[in-house]
Amino acid sequence: MCASGSTTGVAFSGTPEQKEKLLQVIASKKDEPGALMPILQEAQAIYGYLPIEVQTMIAEEMNIPLEKVYGVSTFYAQFSLYPKGKYRISVCLGTACYVKGSGAVMEELEKELSITNGQCTADGKFSLDACRCVGACGLAPVMLVNDDVYGRMTPDQVKGILAKYE
Amino acid sequence: MYRAHVLVCGGTGCASSGSGKIQDTFKEQLEEKGLSNEVAIVQTGCHGLCALGPIVVVYPEGTFYSQVTPEDVPEIVAEHLLKGRIVERLVYKEEDEDDGSVKSYNDTDFAKKQHRVALRNCGVINPENIDEYIGTRGYEALGKVLTEMTPEQVIDVVLASGLRGRGGAGFPTGRKWQLARNLVQDGGPKYVCCNADEGDPGAFMDRSVLEGDPHVVLEAMTIAGYAIGANQGFIYVRAEYPIAVERLGIAIKQAREYGLLGKNIFDSGFDFDIELRLGAGAFVCGEETALMTSIEGKRGEPRPRPPFPAVAGLFQRPTILNNVETWANIPQIILNGPEWFASMGTEKSKGTKVFALGGKINNTGLVEIPMGTTLREVVEDIGGGVPNGKKFKAAQTGGPSGGCIPAEHYDVPIDYDNLLAIGSMMGSGGLIVMDEDNCMVDIAKFFLEFTVDESCGKCTPCRIGTKRMYEILDRITKGQGTLEDLDRLEELGKYIKDNALCGLGQTAPNPVLSTLRYFRDEYVAHVVDKKCPAGVCKALLSYSIDPAKCKGCTLCARNCPAGCISGKVKEPHVIDQSKCLKCGACMDNCRFGAISKG
Repeated sequence: MCASGSTTGVAFSGTPEQKEKLLQVIASKKDEPGALMPILQEAQAIYGYLPIEVQTMIAEEMNIPLEKVYGVSTFYAQFSLYPKGKYRISVCLGTACYVKGSGAVMEELEKELSITNGQCTADGKFSLDACRCVGACGLAPVMLVNDDVYGRMTPDQVKGILAKYE
Repeated sequence: MYRAHVLVCGGTGCASSGSGKIQDTFKEQLEEKGLSNEVAIVQTGCHGLCALGPIVVVYPEGTFYSQVTPEDVPEIVAEHLLKGRIVERLVYKEEDEDDGSVKSYNDTDFAKKQHRVALRNCGVINPENIDEYIGTRGYEALGKVLTEMTPEQVIDVVLASGLRGRGGAGFPTGRKWQLARNLVQDGGPKYVCCNADEGDPGAFMDRSVLEGDPHVVLEAMTIAGYAIGANQGFIYVRAEYPIAVERLGIAIKQAREYGLLGKNIFDSGFDFDIELRLGAGAFVCGEETALMTSIEGKRGEPRPRPPFPAVAGLFQRPTILNNVETWANIPQIILNGPEWFASMGTEKSKGTKVFALGGKINNTGLVEIPMGTTLREVVEDIGGGVPNGKKFKAAQTGGPSGGCIPAEHYDVPIDYDNLLAIGSMMGSGGLIVMDEDNCMVDIAKFFLEFTVDESCGKCTPCRIGTKRMYEILDRITKGQGTLEDLDRLEELGKYIKDNALCGLGQTAPNPVLSTLRYFRDEYVAHVVDKKCPAGVCKALLSYSIDPAKCKGCTLCARNCPAGCISGKVKEPHVIDQSKCLKCGACMDNCRFGAISKG
């Protein structure tokens, strides 16, 4: 299940195990200087995203205002307040990829999935994001599906790649 | 002892091309042939020739295999490793265009014109094994510093070398250290930071060093800690570089085990340790004060300077921050002396610089060249030129902070000051080549979109100014611009440069200003003629069918998603411009070259 950037209508469904894990992470890190970012990163690894419920837990355990946690969570592109799709597609729109036509790959994905950049398909399967350089400029244009890297992309390869994740 | 070593590149480029599978296949094949005790497989960092990955080098011969697939591995094992016969078809060769002779990797212009200092270990050693780093004189510089030199002597050596910051701005590194050592001497903590938040799209030299030679960064940071009187270091690394993060973690652990980090290093009484901090995808965090704010666990917004980090940096304490590539030069400078380093480069820019070649160039990848090499040599000789017979139009350096260098400056020797003088900047070393198919207005718009997206919002010139610039550029690419818009862009750009709080904002107008300077006629074409000469800006394009060439095969009409092409079989077809989406499907499908855009 997932939601596009503009909707929030997904119920939080954290498990007690996840909560236990998060509390452990907070306890082990909270006294280090500048611990909030590493804790948010671990929290996102545990839950997949940072819903307000998780942010509240972190604020309470660290004894800092929720507003501060929210401020940091919304500042950095990598923190997501909404769940992502089962398969997270990122198209590199960094310069090297862009001049080699990654924009057309993005357009094809948007057309094929009927969603736009930053959204997720209704069935929760694919989410689509533009990303900045992944450093694989030698293979430009590049797209990622979760951790799989596809280099030298052309728009006509899109359909075949998506089919692998049916 | 092994009689042969198989080096498989495990950098991001080659890993993305499947080098992990190749390692596994080598392992299986060597076991099957009973060679596991004779041939060692070593996972290395990047060789630089990412476009031809995955790369496998076999020693002692030094055979350079490129674009290896798992299916090729049994042949390499059976032929090369078992029988000693090199698999010629996989060896990287460059054919000489003039006489057709074939050159091996080390004789190619790509390899020959480079001079590897920062990248010296990349692709050569196993980055996950500290012994291999020590085997190439690793940690020797640290030993020398801690046992034979005073902190002042260390700073003097770095000063004398003329090394300037490789992150882009080019501030003298030794000067930075000197300030951090001398300005505050209250006995309180000081910090050494490594900027590994390589955010310029198209730049990946820092990633390569971290992946291929992580210990060099640890060693250099420890040397700097001794020089300025700090006992704690932080490496702020992009989370988008998982391999680099993993290898840094391994390196820190190994260095601690060997007593090269921690208490009483080399029995000198000097303590130093390093902590890893991950970024979370904010370009502005590459700016020094923003990076420090981010390590403090806050929104990564820059702070006004002064106070400079040398006085009040991380946690309000004196701090130095250097870029990964800068760090990678330090141990070499200590070992070989400042004169050696200063003998390379130009008068005011010493040493070498790593560039990430990308875009419309044959040899995409990483190259390290002495400062003062011309752009032409980099693009034409080392980079192998622009592919598909297209013409070089511009090179973009410095990422979103830099500018586009046109062909008229092809022979300018690359160094900090020359690039600034022609309206670009060194930046971290991304070098993206553009050909005649790239629209300079579109490229300027692309960078402004990036800046608008990445502006942290703290200061008004950047937050609002870049947005207004973007809107004007957007208008121009849609054919709604006026000549006054060009003046407005220049005025606004100058204002933002003078007034923004940090380096991101101060340099954000550069891509627009430099393209206006060198490619004004292209802007004018968009504004006055309502044409995009490169054929990129869709709103200004129209597709038309040449009735003389059209055979009436109907392929275009059948492939048109808008159904706007009409015509009878075997008669010339016509495009209804009012319905055309400008997708180009007709042109892609026409077999007679009858469709043109313009």
